[in-house]
Amino acid sequence: MRVTLTVNGVERTADVEPRTLLVHHLREVLGLTGTNVGCDTTSCGACTVHLDGQSVKSCTVLAVQAEGCEITTIEGMATDGQLHPMQVAFMENHGLQCGYCTPGMVMASTALVAEAEAEGRTLDEAAVREGLEGNLCRCTGYQNIVASVLACARGDVGNATEVQVRREEVPA
Amino acid sequence: MTTIEERLQPESFDDNDQKPVGYGRMLRKEDPRFIRGRGRYCDDIQLTGMLHLAILRSPVAHARIVSIDTSAAQAHPKVLAVVTGADLAEKGLAWMPTLSNDVQAVLATDKVRFQGQEVAFVVAEDRYAARDGVELIDVEYDILDPVIDVRRALEPDAPLIRDDLEGKTDNHCFDWETGDEEATARVFETADVVVTEDIVYPRVHPAPMETCGCVADYDKVDGQLTLWSTTQAPHAHRTVYALVSGLPEHKIRIIAPDIGGGFGNKVPIYPGYVCSIVASLVTGKPVKWMEDRTENLISTGFARDYVMRGEIAATKDGKILGIRTHVLADHGAFNGTAAPIKYPAGFFGVFTGSYDIEAAHCKMTAVYTNKAPGGVAYACSFRITEAVYLVERLVDCLAYDLEVDPAELRLQNLLRPEQFPYTSKTGWVYDSGDYEPALRKSMAMIGYDDLRREQAEKRERGELMGIGVAFFTEAVGAGPRKDMDILGLGMADGCELRIHPTGKAVVRLSCMSQGQGHETTYAQIVAEEIGIPPSDIQVVNGDTDQTPFGLGTYGSRSTPVSGAAAALVSRKVRDKAQIIASGMLEVSVADLEWDKGSFHVKGDPSASVTIQDIAMRAHGAGDLPEGIEGGLEAQICYNPSNLTYPFGAYICVVDIDPGTAQVKVRRFVAVDDCGTRINEMIIEGQVHGGLTDGVGMALMEIIAFDDDGNCLSGSLMDYLIPTALETPTWETGSTVTPSPHHPIGAKGVGESATVGSPPAIVNAVVDALKPYGIRHADMPLTPSRVWDAMQGHPTPPI
Repeated sequence: MRVTLTVNGVERTADVEPRTLLVHHLREVLGLTGTNVGCDTTSCGACTVHLDGQSVKSCTVLAVQAEGCEITTIEGMATDGQLHPMQVAFMENHGLQCGYCTPGMVMASTALVAEAEAEGRTLDEAAVREGLEGNLCRCTGYQNIVASVLACARGDVGNATEVQVRREEVPA
Repeated sequence: MTTIEERLQPESFDDNDQKPVGYGRMLRKEDPRFIRGRGRYCDDIQLTGMLHLAILRSPVAHARIVSIDTSAAQAHPKVLAVVTGADLAEKGLAWMPTLSNDVQAVLATDKVRFQGQEVAFVVAEDRYAARDGVELIDVEYDILDPVIDVRRALEPDAPLIRDDLEGKTDNHCFDWETGDEEATARVFETADVVVTEDIVYPRVHPAPMETCGCVADYDKVDGQLTLWSTTQAPHAHRTVYALVSGLPEHKIRIIAPDIGGGFGNKVPIYPGYVCSIVASLVTGKPVKWMEDRTENLISTGFARDYVMRGEIAATKDGKILGIRTHVLADHGAFNGTAAPIKYPAGFFGVFTGSYDIEAAHCKMTAVYTNKAPGGVAYACSFRITEAVYLVERLVDCLAYDLEVDPAELRLQNLLRPEQFPYTSKTGWVYDSGDYEPALRKSMAMIGYDDLRREQAEKRERGELMGIGVAFFTEAVGAGPRKDMDILGLGMADGCELRIHPTGKAVVRLSCMSQGQGHETTYAQIVAEEIGIPPSDIQVVNGDTDQTPFGLGTYGSRSTPVSGAAAALVSRKVRDKAQIIASGMLEVSVADLEWDKGSFHVKGDPSASVTIQDIAMRAHGAGDLPEGIEGGLEAQICYNPSNLTYPFGAYICVVDIDPGTAQVKVRRFVAVDDCGTRINEMIIEGQVHGGLTDGVGMALMEIIAFDDDGNCLSGSLMDYLIPTALETPTWETGSTVTPSPHHPIGAKGVGESATVGSPPAIVNAVVDALKPYGIRHADMPLTPSRVWDAMQGHPTPPI
């Protein structure tokens, strides 16, 4: 079947089998490999993308179901060479280690913050933890991810010093 | 706003204090690509003409294979090859060696020995067609009784699993023993108090977010095999593939790309890798295999599964005298344990923990069962998770019986700083430790005394609150090559450092990051030693053609072994740089002083040359001192003299809902001492991750089986790992007791939190249940299991 999606602002048309999952279509046909697969039961959220502004798990959407939709993946988050503040926040707060959950986590987080802003809510730690329940991470223990999202939500981004050198002596 | 990339660029540092060299919080060099979706993981690799491989797995735990009909799969228009165990047997590839000198079936030939075992594979044009092909294979099984309960595996009428091994008549895998049995018996006979407890560390799984997989590409013209693979030990894998396949080792190139977490799951060689290599040899095309989550959980390396009877002896005043244990270890159908050959039970011998005791003894029996192979994985540091859990539970059981505070009991028995280096009663030489300040610090951070008062008040009101203490000593950095090897490969690590003419550098490691931040921290180590900014240092790992030989990353061994190598190779380069500098400044080598990044003449700081000046001279046209070759580079292979022994004091507070038996971790303080700290930010991240593993293991995770051997935990719907909701906010602290034998005083730390947190959490839960008269309950402490314990009959997990 022929399917046309607008992915990261660009219209992309391709032939797909009806059974093709959106995540495989993005990764293997459109070459956008930032979106990852971490499970087979819709549990982990590593495949999270934005579909018409909503955060969805792309392993649980057929490519043909997304016909005519606007999709944003992690590759589309930086604009005009500038990273999205959420991406910077994750780096500054060490919100990633192996990086495998990161694309999905950033997509879920940006949707979470946008939703809160639209509703005029202020996110706190509990709300962020609940909002990210659909995204598993095995490396970070979530704490720095939560810190990243909160930093981004309050606009505290772009201030980290690159290096804070410890001046303690090292044994010879 | 400046971009992170701009801030990662080299800057000029006029003020010496601002030199970006040395240890400290440095943002990670690997983040800019991961944050954009530009990481390159195994499944991201696309090669021209690449085919896809899928594996047919056994639906049953134990059965003879009567027949396999592949004709329908062969007839599928997109299928190129269907291969069975019989096909592999013709090439001598149906079985492969494991890391424990056992053998494991690549594809089953005679019978299947665990549910999920590899039976056949299909190679097709795309991943969907490969799965179609698998569905079309028809296998007839003759079902046999399985062995599931490890306690019954050695009964005389137990079904024989390993009839492939000549002369094998039972399910016995190995025996192992450590310590002094007689001396320990004497201590136990004369002790005032002896506490005995059956303690199970259930089977769990590392479950990295990215599963295992590979892309095999055999070039028939060059006779060259390239294998992109999710491997934590690319060099060791290369050697094993050479030995198994008969391909010459210089024609095998293993590339570990970015890895989406390892946690020990990606140390062994799995049948899927071998199948992919065979498939590429057969088809002459690149072949990709990526397992799904179910395959990962049911067939790749599990962790733990130790059934332990523990005993602890003490005086009535609380002086711990001895520890004794008998362990029954479930190794699954093949002994695939990844451990140094002389250590079939890993480093379980450190079960005497952090305490000054008189005698200890352990007797272990390992058995085969109809389950997937594994055992050593999931940040266990070669079975130290089990050792620490045993001793820390036993100490709490002793505190329970003596009716003393568990923190006070530990303070009374901890090793003292003047006892280091300390030789334990099972022969381990702890390098350094200052234990009491660490425990005092964690008690102060959490407000221990106030918490005990709060707990007493809550108990009056019938509320369930528990405080759990754990103090652990780790043993990481395997290891000295005279003792430690994997399949004959000594556990040393190479490192190569090259300084380019313009003063930029590349450092090549034999270890392999899976998210631990090596690209950043090794640049920091080299920066500290050679005075080049970390942003000017490229760290290369994972490609066996590009990096020196070494044994890889697991067992928290990177900093202890490769970190030492990186420091020492830098010093080797610096020594040469000093000679070149002496020629440039026309003074003797002895007249030069090093000042992080430059040499100057003693007493005359204005007469100096930077490392960048020296690099250009080393590659330039001018004269070099007599006997000095051009270039500025070095390579070494570091053989550690001992392991490093980081330690930590953890305290956990839980609240249990008496109506639902649900456990909530309210607070957790972790004080870790890993000696010199290279990057505080990265250590904290490692600790957060490991503590979260602890929540998973203590409260949620188990790989369980039914009586027929069906794995009941084959998906993330059943195998529960913590989300952000179950995970508390961690409170971390540190003390610094450097390792005296390590070049920069650093110890490993990556696995400490996974090792130390489960006993702290379980101790807290059991402490909360004290009003119910419970001294022990086995993990995972799910609501139903805690509920059972509250009814007075705690259930064993297996």
